Amino acid sequence: MAEIRIQNLRKEFGDFTADQTTSFKIEDGEFFMLLGPSGCGKTTTLRMIAGLELPTSGEIYIDGQEVGQKPASQRDIAFVFQMFALYPHMNVRRNISYPLVSQGMARAQVREKVAEVAKILGIEDILDRPVSGLSGGDRQRVALGRAIVRNPKCFLMDEPLGALDAEFREHMAEELRALHERMGATTVYVTHDQLEAMQMGDKIVVMNHGVVEQFGEPQDIYDKPATMFVADFIGSPSMNFLKFKGSVEIGATTIQLNHQTVGIPTLREPFDGDIVYGVRPEHIRLSDAAGYRAEVIATEYLGTTQIITLSTHNGEVKARIASDQPATPGETVGLEFNGATVTLFDNQTGRAIRSELNEGVLSHG
Amino acid sequence: MADVTLTNVSKSFRSTIAVEDMSMDIEDGSFVVLLGPTGAGKTTTLRLISGLEEPDKGDIQIAGRSVIGETPAQRNVAMVFQQYSLYPHMTVRDNLAFPLRSPILKTPEGEVARKVAEVAEILHIDHKLENKATALSGGEMQRVSIGRALVRRPEIYLMDEPLSSLDAQLRAELRVELKRIQANLGATLLYVTHDQIEAMTMATQIGVLDRGQLVQFGSPREIYENPVSLYVASRLGLPRINMLPKDLFAGAPSGAATIGLRPEHIQQGEGNPATVVRIEHLGDQTRLHLSLEGHDIVTLADVHSTLEPGDTIAIQPRNALFFDAAGARIA
Repeated sequence: MAEIRIQNLRKEFGDFTADQTTSFKIEDGEFFMLLGPSGCGKTTTLRMIAGLELPTSGEIYIDGQEVGQKPASQRDIAFVFQMFALYPHMNVRRNISYPLVSQGMARAQVREKVAEVAKILGIEDILDRPVSGLSGGDRQRVALGRAIVRNPKCFLMDEPLGALDAEFREHMAEELRALHERMGATTVYVTHDQLEAMQMGDKIVVMNHGVVEQFGEPQDIYDKPATMFVADFIGSPSMNFLKFKGSVEIGATTIQLNHQTVGIPTLREPFDGDIVYGVRPEHIRLSDAAGYRAEVIATEYLGTTQIITLSTHNGEVKARIASDQPATPGETVGLEFNGATVTLFDNQTGRAIRSELNEGVLSHG
Repeated sequence: MADVTLTNVSKSFRSTIAVEDMSMDIEDGSFVVLLGPTGAGKTTTLRLISGLEEPDKGDIQIAGRSVIGETPAQRNVAMVFQQYSLYPHMTVRDNLAFPLRSPILKTPEGEVARKVAEVAEILHIDHKLENKATALSGGEMQRVSIGRALVRRPEIYLMDEPLSSLDAQLRAELRVELKRIQANLGATLLYVTHDQIEAMTMATQIGVLDRGQLVQFGSPREIYENPVSLYVASRLGLPRINMLPKDLFAGAPSGAATIGLRPEHIQQGEGNPATVVRIEHLGDQTRLHLSLEGHDIVTLADVHSTLEPGDTIAIQPRNALFFDAAGARIA
């Protein structure tokens, strides 16, 4: 269907810059997530791809054609909003037909298209029902049907599941992803929910304050965060930041953390100053033998695993360990870090320091 | 603080049975979480204990004394609601002091100041005491409203989804904080939620409710590992427990209709061939969506698994749970 390329895109609203020189590429058929907190510029970016906002500068290419300054109607895209706007006085069939009828398509062909879309979405049995009596999920399916029926080059979705409750959202997320697998249409999806982004996306762009912080595959972004913002925003509980002053050389495989030697991936650049030792909760083990000591503050049982909150010389740390391993608030334990998974950051700039682990990701990011 | 006991309590609203024949012991110093979907009777139970509703049948005792017919004030309970209701024109300090200055308690001002300072410190809002309530963030407002309950030493604290209006990060923070506060004070706390994470992480005991009935009561570990029914088994655990027909794998006991298999209780390498439908990389875990003879199964894989859709892997159950046709656990 479509490949979308965003080049040095910038958007200013008066004095406020919503987007600063944003660049990334969405491959044909990809499910692409724009992720970030509110106000980060993700919706503005989506609206510029749609043609609902015009960029202050920069280019947008859809299938190689520059469309940045073209109106929405000439871009052949379909937009699905957070609040599914259906025509309340029409039944399901007429809601889905509407975009085709208004294009002047022949009635027989409309019937055929609607039947096909209804089958994809599994809503054949409700085609003649009024939309007012439908459940939230069915309304969402009808809104999707109206977007799909036009066979657009791509789908743009702005938090389409935001208004649904947690359990149902999980279900609809799976359904959307399955639908994408059947249709293979390029989809750009805006969300502030990191789990939704990880779960559904082929690729993720993480934005903050109008700037692209990182762009890549979900697991890469999780394992090799380029900035402290990304490391903190993705993952729950988020990555632990143990802060200290120190200096490291190229080729180092260990560092001193509160007089204890702990592992790091082989460094590719030297650093001197305020360092952050970034380690994910599941890469910390409790071990009596380990020299780095911590006090257990709290335990949270989660079924197979438990989250242990610990007090250390470098601040509060959370570890995710098996739930059958004993840990009692008040006791002192040793912590072992899985050094190969650690990311060091420059605390001043928030940037990751290059190492064997992340150099592949950082060089093209 | 005190024991709270419900004995065969029922409550209906017209033709709707909200709570049916409920018996429950909330021990002094315990953190009991009532878990269930909307309409299960969680909030009604809380309101019956607080005195905002009267039961049609049964008895409620606080510290060994029946409180049927007593007003909420006489019962000496403190409630925290989902929507923080603070006095907007008052400072944080005055909001916190308000319950202590009530005509019933008439606490001396020196005592009020001491208690407010203590609670503000516990909740990390001591630097905001002179702020107007409206000049606080959502998380701070909710902490103040929890604080307004904590300044008193009631027989029991009753909390109705106090964290549900907060964002995910703050909720995670307050979960740990609330549990720490409860443990430090040795307070008795009854907490209502539909969020399984809150229930599992904070409770000393979880009460699982289904259509007005208490269907299981026990520690989070007991409820997760030893559920009495398919309903209870599906309330806890993410991803949810897989429910499969009994003949999909060998070894189901007689009378079984459904096999309940938690995602982590599926062993890979031997057994029946299943097709990989989809892989979800969630960072700390990777979920495999499998199809086995037309049934969807979710299990976990190594985080950096190289499996792809279309691959076939052999799976077999380990520590399966078995349920009869009515959903009751039989093995």
